[in-house]
Amino acid sequence: MKNRSLVSISDYSKEEILSILDSAADFEANPNRKTLDGKVIATLFFEPSTRTRLSFETAVNRLGGRIIGFSDAATSSSVKGETLNDTIRMVSCYADAIVMRHPLEGASRYAAEMSPVPIINAGDGANQHPSQTLLDLYSILKTQGTLEGLKICMVGDLKYGRTVHSLLMAMSHFHPTFRFIAPDELKMPVEYKSFCRKNDIPYEETAELSDNFNDADILYITRVQKERFLDLIEFERVKNVYTLKNNMLDHTKPNLKILHPLPRVNEIDQDVDANPKAYYFHQAQNGLYVRQAILCKVLNA
Amino acid sequence: MESKKLQVAALRNGTVIDHIPSDKLFQVFNILHLESCSNMITVGNNLNSDKIGKKGIIKISDRFLEEEEASKIALIAPNAKINIIREFEVIEKRSLKLPDEVRDIVQCQNPVCITNHQPVRTWFHMLDDEDSIQLRCHYCERDIKLEDVRIK
Repeated sequence: MKNRSLVSISDYSKEEILSILDSAADFEANPNRKTLDGKVIATLFFEPSTRTRLSFETAVNRLGGRIIGFSDAATSSSVKGETLNDTIRMVSCYADAIVMRHPLEGASRYAAEMSPVPIINAGDGANQHPSQTLLDLYSILKTQGTLEGLKICMVGDLKYGRTVHSLLMAMSHFHPTFRFIAPDELKMPVEYKSFCRKNDIPYEETAELSDNFNDADILYITRVQKERFLDLIEFERVKNVYTLKNNMLDHTKPNLKILHPLPRVNEIDQDVDANPKAYYFHQAQNGLYVRQAILCKVLNA
Repeated sequence: MESKKLQVAALRNGTVIDHIPSDKLFQVFNILHLESCSNMITVGNNLNSDKIGKKGIIKISDRFLEEEEASKIALIAPNAKINIIREFEVIEKRSLKLPDEVRDIVQCQNPVCITNHQPVRTWFHMLDDEDSIQLRCHYCERDIKLEDVRIK
């Protein structure tokens, strides 16, 4: 392997995924360490993402590392027309690892090829966001005690939602059963369904939310993202297609947990938040431990 | 064989690209930059073909294709045949082979792919799926069907 960058969840084998989750549990037990003492980590956010950036920067801080970088391309020299190649080569002179978010798809893969230091992809357009997938897996493992043989219902925008696609690929190591709940306009793309068939992963599809998750262990809900729609009339038609309400959870399994990558809009009613099955805010906190584990892995620390 | 010879004039030395689907003929023409090639060239199109109905054929004298040129043709006309001629004899018949990877030839169709915005050489991996051949962009990871491929 050329370097230890993490660009896409498929860069990691099942064993590597499990070892990250193991190490995340360690950090949860004891998050403040000096593992990255003396290390400098660059966070290059060519596209703003406060949530992800704060999570990574907190992870670095709790490990005793230092941070350089920018949170908006408007304050970087890319507005002067500097190529990504040049920015990465320059920053890699200063930093031991680079956490990068970029609006262009494939930017992280390219940066990882150019960079002498490891790149952690914190999102490249609608393509990959592997730390999100790993924190989803960690949340599932933590709440269910296992990743094996779970029934996972995915709800909402299954067409453009990169988190559900990456989660599907990552879960494929662990014999899941899926139910895809989406309106016709936002159905799971054919390539992912054919991936399931090839790997003997059973799935069902439906457009109806109510009562269709009573047998589920995980209910993974996503936001319908306005920015992905070319046709805003279509967006208006589907934006509020599903709203999960507290009383819909009455007959669900006791171990059910509701996950959501956040931010949420209308797809989960506020009255669900107090239900112990609502797990989305804990999920965000788990992101911290998982990112600590990722940083230590790529830095061999 | 006699009738085929009558359709297109014989070539002494050079390359014959045969069995090009008629609607791909001019793409092959462009790939080889024949508009600026000063060699003797014969082009035929909509010729009868037992195999594919209508076909195109290009004969170029004194020119032998580079591997990259053959790869490009393979991407848009994978069933075309290349015959290499010396002294009026076919000395080699080559089927086109799709390469496992394609660099700097195909343009990514994803408008927000890094390769369409920054000086990055495109790079695709060939995926031979059960029902269709697709190219996956090494960078943005989107797939393109072989029939939709656009040469840069």
